[in-house]
Amino acid sequence: MKGGRIAPWIVVVLSGLYFVLPLVATFEFSLRKRRGAYSFDAYRSVFEDNHFLESFGYSTLVAVAAILFGILIVVPTAYWIRLKLPRLRPYVEFITLMPLVIPPIVVVFGYLRLYNSSSWLPFTASARATDLLLIFSYVTLALPYTYRAVDTGLRSIDVRTLTEAAQCLGAGWPTILFRVILPNVRSGVMAGAFLTFAIVIGEFTIASLLDRPAFGPYLQNIGANKAYEPSALAIIAFGVTWLCMGLINVFGRDPRDAAAAKK
Amino acid sequence: MAFLELEGVTKSFGAHQVVQTVDLAIQRGEFVSFLGPSGCGKTTTLRMIAGFEEPSAGTIRIADKDVTHLKPNQRNVGMVFQSYALFPNLTVGQNVGFGLKVQKKPTAEIKARVEEMLRLIKLPQLADRYPYQLSGGQQQRVALARAIATKPQVLLLDEPLSALDAKIRVSLREEIKALQRELGITTVYVTHDQEEALSMSDRIVVMSEGRVEQVGTPFEIYNNPRTRFVASFVGTLNILSAHVVDADGGRLAIDGQEVVTARGVAGAVSGATVSVALRPEALLLNGASDLGNRLSGTIEEVDFLGSVVRVRTRFNENAVSLDTFNNPNAPPPRHGDKVTVSFAPEDILVLEAETG
Repeated sequence: MKGGRIAPWIVVVLSGLYFVLPLVATFEFSLRKRRGAYSFDAYRSVFEDNHFLESFGYSTLVAVAAILFGILIVVPTAYWIRLKLPRLRPYVEFITLMPLVIPPIVVVFGYLRLYNSSSWLPFTASARATDLLLIFSYVTLALPYTYRAVDTGLRSIDVRTLTEAAQCLGAGWPTILFRVILPNVRSGVMAGAFLTFAIVIGEFTIASLLDRPAFGPYLQNIGANKAYEPSALAIIAFGVTWLCMGLINVFGRDPRDAAAAKK
Repeated sequence: MAFLELEGVTKSFGAHQVVQTVDLAIQRGEFVSFLGPSGCGKTTTLRMIAGFEEPSAGTIRIADKDVTHLKPNQRNVGMVFQSYALFPNLTVGQNVGFGLKVQKKPTAEIKARVEEMLRLIKLPQLADRYPYQLSGGQQQRVALARAIATKPQVLLLDEPLSALDAKIRVSLREEIKALQRELGITTVYVTHDQEEALSMSDRIVVMSEGRVEQVGTPFEIYNNPRTRFVASFVGTLNILSAHVVDADGGRLAIDGQEVVTARGVAGAVSGATVSVALRPEALLLNGASDLGNRLSGTIEEVDFLGSVVRVRTRFNENAVSLDTFNNPNAPPPRHGDKVTVSFAPEDILVLEAETG
């Protein structure tokens, strides 16, 4: 009986150690820049580096653009599939899963082949157009997560009846989509948005091969040339990811669930 | 001139015709119920009036305007759904004012109308609540207020009380009827509950398998059902098989016992077999013979239901159920007792042959 109770705890503790120990070790190493004493010198060095702020700012901007563009594509698509074309749902789900199966390196080589400066749509001919291509790439990369998050949100409401109720009250499609459907799948949209942000902030392959000044390539560059700063950056990146997860919980929470929890 | 007209309206899904050539004229301010079992086409007909389904054939006119191919948001009809369909992200006040906001009415006008509507449904204190904070009955009243806030030409209600418990259903149907009478709004109400249809409607459209079986006032539908389906669906009815002895004299034989009908034997000839209907409330157990008709039988089943005792009497092939009031001073009849069942010639109704 006692053994039965202890065994799960051993598994939990071992798993916890497996995840926490490398983090603690990385954090501890990041504090060792000053000889013989713990300090935040590595962090200070990172934050004083203009490239850090520039690359982080750039990635944040790209992430926000990817989130907005993703919402504009995914919400109407998932809504329309649920409302009018439920037969196509398995096919759309399959397509949205493709980015998980196709490695980013293949995706980016495909883009470079299709959209190079001598192609019919020369996205890589200018820096701004390449930025656009990077945003589209991230929308694609985040598609499996955003589509599922939005689709789950749509599943929790009676899409058809709400649409019909709004139509009867004189609403057109934009009103229905932005004032009825979108607010009611807010939790799904927010979850998709923060997952997209977490993916974009750490992404290396596409940003590097498209030669964009993003945070991922910066991380790699620092890792190759410095000793303590990469550990500090790893901890910062980890913090950003966890912050995103926390924000999903805060903003993505359905007020009805919150009210139920209060009771 | 009718206010809402359906002319030859038909709807098919693939090869399956779910609504078959419905012709109907509803007057301004009339309360009409579509009554029928699941799958009879009543909701599809309502959805065609709302514009959610396009008829495969036929025309729908509202106030003399052809709306057959208009989108739902261009028809100015209000609709109340079985599942309430309140917008979960909006408060009660915002839900009621949604249609007015879509119409871009001034804020002050929206506020005044919302307050007026909430007073009308007796929920003025709940404007700031969210739908999930309301009971089912309250939600449906808010849905009703939202539907009529925009002053629609026609109000459509799709089984609005089905999801509510029995007590709320009765009180809410009285409220809906009172509201409809007060506003004088043309209303089409879909239900499978005959009591709801009988108590609320000016006229009832009984539907079965996509066809209109009968249109009439609740009194007509209940007392003069035209087909076996209407007779069996509306109210509790005893349907018996009878032989026509003398068509002209209205004489029939039920299990060899002769009875007379004062309503005539339309279309049947002597010697033919017809279906006849008898309402339970028209039957008298061991009653006086001067009612006109008397059948002898044996008690087959007795159900003591408190204030009422339901007795089933078998003649031979045919049997009837009737209710008698409980009399504490006289015990109910027992299984196997020989009894007589009496009824007046006016109460025996020979049914039309069913269509299709």
